[in-house]
Amino acid sequence: MIQMKNVYKKYPNGIVALNGLNVEIEQGEFVYIVGPSGAGKSTFIKMMYREERPSSGQMFVDEIDIATIKNRKVPMLRRQIGVVFQDFKLLTKLNVYENVAFALEVIEEKPADIKRRVMEVLDLVGLKHKAKMFPTELSGGEQQRVSIARSIVNMPKVMIADEPTGNLDPETAWDIMDLFERINKAGTTIIMATHNQQIVNTLRHRVIAIEGGLIVRDVVGGDYGYEA
Amino acid sequence: MKPRTLMRHIKESFKSIGRNSWMTFASVSAVTVTLLLVGVFVLIMMNLNKVADDLENDVEIKVFVSLDASEETVTSLESQISEMSGVESTNFSTKEEELTDLVLDFGDELSLFEQSNPLFDVFYVKATDPQQTKNVAKEISALENIENVKYGEGKIEKLFNFLNAGRNVGLILILALLFTAMFLISNTIRITIVARRREIEIMKLVGATNWFVRIPFILEGMWLGIMGSLIPIGLVALLYKEITDFAQPRLSGELIQLLDYTPFIYQVSALILLMGVFIGVWGSFMSIRKFLRV
Repeated sequence: MIQMKNVYKKYPNGIVALNGLNVEIEQGEFVYIVGPSGAGKSTFIKMMYREERPSSGQMFVDEIDIATIKNRKVPMLRRQIGVVFQDFKLLTKLNVYENVAFALEVIEEKPADIKRRVMEVLDLVGLKHKAKMFPTELSGGEQQRVSIARSIVNMPKVMIADEPTGNLDPETAWDIMDLFERINKAGTTIIMATHNQQIVNTLRHRVIAIEGGLIVRDVVGGDYGYEA
Repeated sequence: MKPRTLMRHIKESFKSIGRNSWMTFASVSAVTVTLLLVGVFVLIMMNLNKVADDLENDVEIKVFVSLDASEETVTSLESQISEMSGVESTNFSTKEEELTDLVLDFGDELSLFEQSNPLFDVFYVKATDPQQTKNVAKEISALENIENVKYGEGKIEKLFNFLNAGRNVGLILILALLFTAMFLISNTIRITIVARRREIEIMKLVGATNWFVRIPFILEGMWLGIMGSLIPIGLVALLYKEITDFAQPRLSGELIQLLDYTPFIYQVSALILLMGVFIGVWGSFMSIRKFLRV
């Protein structure tokens, strides 16, 4: 699903974020990306949806070459990938239903399909009854569930989450993880950058630790490995 | 593009205009002022051009034939001149005809000269391109049996230089004004884009194409340009109506004429509208480009 060979990234300001990364992630895997702040986690995540390009090395996501993909083709890549952020990135002027439907409208899906798909995913994340509410009327956990619904409404093969529980209290965080587990069981690859030691140590999955732009540890079923 | 998508884009662009009503007002006013100036300028320039053309077309070369030229020589001269490239027409007038003209113009005293006519046989030659008059005159003077060639040298060149300079200055001013208006529209669209940054970010994240993101802003710019062109079109049409109503009866029969109200005013209106659309579309294109880099 995702292959990286000697991926190197140097920003224009001279900072080397990734210093020769090699990794392979299979379809259906659940992977935690851990490591201290500034280690290169965000760059790693951003490359998956071609927010950043590798400076050198090879990288493929679903057989699309990230290093050479044309700007015009990037939308097609992103339709294969759902992205979830720490700050949810919801549109406050739209209600829950509209926020999720937005993702399908802008890729010009048929209205009938949009309605059906949105109701399905809202059911999946348990927010069907709040479809008409606005983001500001929801709790943090609920907002994150809306953003998860939006990221999977297009049935992507990969879901990328950058600190999805970073802004949530521990109990809500577990609800979100429960949702991730279910999405992963349905066959979606999940790549999640996190600082949450408890989650990594409890829901055991593959752990990739990045430090100084390098993978320092890659263990299936490993633990968080850093002091909280 | 699907019709449904187009409808969505149009709706979005109008919504955005409503949301930024003050900024919309500001840039539409700026475009209005600019296009009004441009419109008046176009009126003046086009009419100056017309006057210049009228004057240019009135320029002719007077070719004096040598006194000792025989009738055959005159015939052959005529064909030589009219076959020159750059010559539109030649008109022959004998010295007797010349004298009749003079008598008509200056009075009977001149009829004294009928005893011994001191005038020359003359060809009146018109150049196809009046700006080439000087070269044609030079070419003719090189022919045999020509006494002299006159075309108001010096004066004509000065007139042409003046008109050309006027045209160029006008063009530069129009371009500068258009650039200013474009810049203002571009700024308005930039504000719209900044206000909707998050929306654009999400659109791009979920895989909207660049054109899908761009089109509503381009449409918005176009509406601004069109709205800004309406008042100038109306005012310019009214103004020119007044001018032609006033001037045309007074100029009838004169060498210099203004352009007729129609179809000229339709052309000017279309031009103003097109310029409005162009600066609107281009202005928004410029500001989106900076924001949409993938």
